Amino acid sequence: MLRKLRQQRAFHLMLVPSIILVFIFSYLPFYGLVIAFQDYNPGLGFHSPWVGMENFEHVFKQEKFLRTIWNTLYMSIFKLLGGIFVPVIFALLLNEVMRAAFKRTFQTLVYIPNFLSWVIMAGIMIDILASDGIVNTFLGLLGVKPISFLGSPSIFPWTMIVTDIWKGFGFGTVVYLAALTGIDPGLYEAALIDGANRWKQTIYITLPLLAPTIILMAVLSLGNVMNAGFDQIYNLYSPAVYESGDIIDTYVYRLGIVQAQYSIGTAIGLFKSVITCILVVLSLVLAKKAAGYKIY
Amino acid sequence: MVQDKSLGRKLFLIANYSILFLTSLFCILPFVNLLAVSFSGSAAVAAGDVVFWPVDFTTKAYEFALEGGQFLQSFWVSTQRVVLGTIVNLILMVLTAYPLSKTKEKVMGRGIYMGFFVLTMLFNGGLIPSYLIVVKAGLIDSIWSLILPGAMPVYSMIILMNFIRSLPEEIEESATIDGAGPMQILIRILLPLLKPALATVGLFTIVGHWNSWFDGIIYMNNPDNYPLQSYLQTLLLSFDQIMLRAGTDYSELLAQMNVRTGRAAQLFLGTVPILVVYPFLQKYFTKGLVLGSVKG
Repeated sequence: MLRKLRQQRAFHLMLVPSIILVFIFSYLPFYGLVIAFQDYNPGLGFHSPWVGMENFEHVFKQEKFLRTIWNTLYMSIFKLLGGIFVPVIFALLLNEVMRAAFKRTFQTLVYIPNFLSWVIMAGIMIDILASDGIVNTFLGLLGVKPISFLGSPSIFPWTMIVTDIWKGFGFGTVVYLAALTGIDPGLYEAALIDGANRWKQTIYITLPLLAPTIILMAVLSLGNVMNAGFDQIYNLYSPAVYESGDIIDTYVYRLGIVQAQYSIGTAIGLFKSVITCILVVLSLVLAKKAAGYKIY
Repeated sequence: MVQDKSLGRKLFLIANYSILFLTSLFCILPFVNLLAVSFSGSAAVAAGDVVFWPVDFTTKAYEFALEGGQFLQSFWVSTQRVVLGTIVNLILMVLTAYPLSKTKEKVMGRGIYMGFFVLTMLFNGGLIPSYLIVVKAGLIDSIWSLILPGAMPVYSMIILMNFIRSLPEEIEESATIDGAGPMQILIRILLPLLKPALATVGLFTIVGHWNSWFDGIIYMNNPDNYPLQSYLQTLLLSFDQIMLRAGTDYSELLAQMNVRTGRAAQLFLGTVPILVVYPFLQKYFTKGLVLGSVKG
């Protein structure tokens, strides 16, 4: 018994450093959330005057804020949908490639953008999407007038949606390709004997067997509905497109950090965290139900 | 799979290869353009002559970046961050994953510990409270502000924990009978077995640290302390000022390079480390997927 306790002590001691760090940097900010209900004053810190729900009432009356919610949902939902369909289709097409070398090359190329930061990507985008950039130059050859991809409020959200899918679809492709490789080849052979052509094989064998992975990926991305991509939008937007491009995170940053309106910024952040938390829990429950997936 | 040689199949394959080829091309052409611009003369770039091949080849933009100043300074900060950050992350992840891989009989309160860590995945205090904690901890302008807040990546830790659980128990049992304590077992027996899992999460940690830019922007007041990606972020807006600050004869410098070539060169240099680790990332990526998807 004593020996057992001594052994256990070592296990508990191993956990101490992470517990301390996670406590300081993840749990103390929970306490910091009190400033959402206060009129924060840096001198008084977390003991600033209590104002109850006033910050929330103030924020929800602002049309500007409500617009950021709409912009966030609009962009994130189209990003999620595209982020599911594009990699599934690309993986299916890639799966028809018989030569392993080609398959690997395509996979390697489409997966590269995933590993580069949005800072680098934004630097490239700003250059190629400029009015005299290569994209507009090519469109000009086709007789299309220059498009203001980053400066026009009606086009900006779609530039964000398309470039986000472009950057990220390599990841999904790798995931779905891994799932496709796991399908028993015997099923296709049996289907061929039954006279099913490739198209029918795809519809009746491949897609149903891929469905759990697709559902799992879709469900797990639910937690991102309130994140429309801060890294991307912050590096590409400008005051000219705030009306359609400003999202919750960029708004919190400008209000909270740049203008030092800590209480308002925290209130919006808390609103976002609560919704996100509900969505994440929901996604984990659904993932377990739909695909038997659990994180631990 | 069974080969099928019909005409329809051949047409499909031609179309398929074309689609895959074009999509892959779209994923790398922007980088080719970036590279071409970075090696071109300023006049050719300003005239819009550069597409996918350098015009008036020059390495001036690279010489400018590597002559010293902010670029090298920030590169050094990023290098320190990646090395320190990855070491801290890996040590904490291993120290946490090992005890948590045990059953609650072997480590009392395991469920509580687990909940403590998982809760931080579901809910966070948001940007402002987290920022205020880092300020209060006195970490502003310290490299530790980039390392400590994310010192324990919970998701990667769970991947590692699941990996440890998948190892045969007999290995540890025999060592326990021989009188080895948990720390000895961890270091002598588990660490060598954990190598593939550590390589996987380690590589992703390296990429994560290298690509982070936002924490550098908010936690560093002195631009000398910016990691590379934060510095690159600032030059998206103001490269002309960096050229002015360089102090040499500005008009002479401008004849050889301009904002676009200079920026392209520095952005490209910022991606080089990622391209170096990319082959390894690819090798371990599918493994990471398998490790991450424990179903139960």
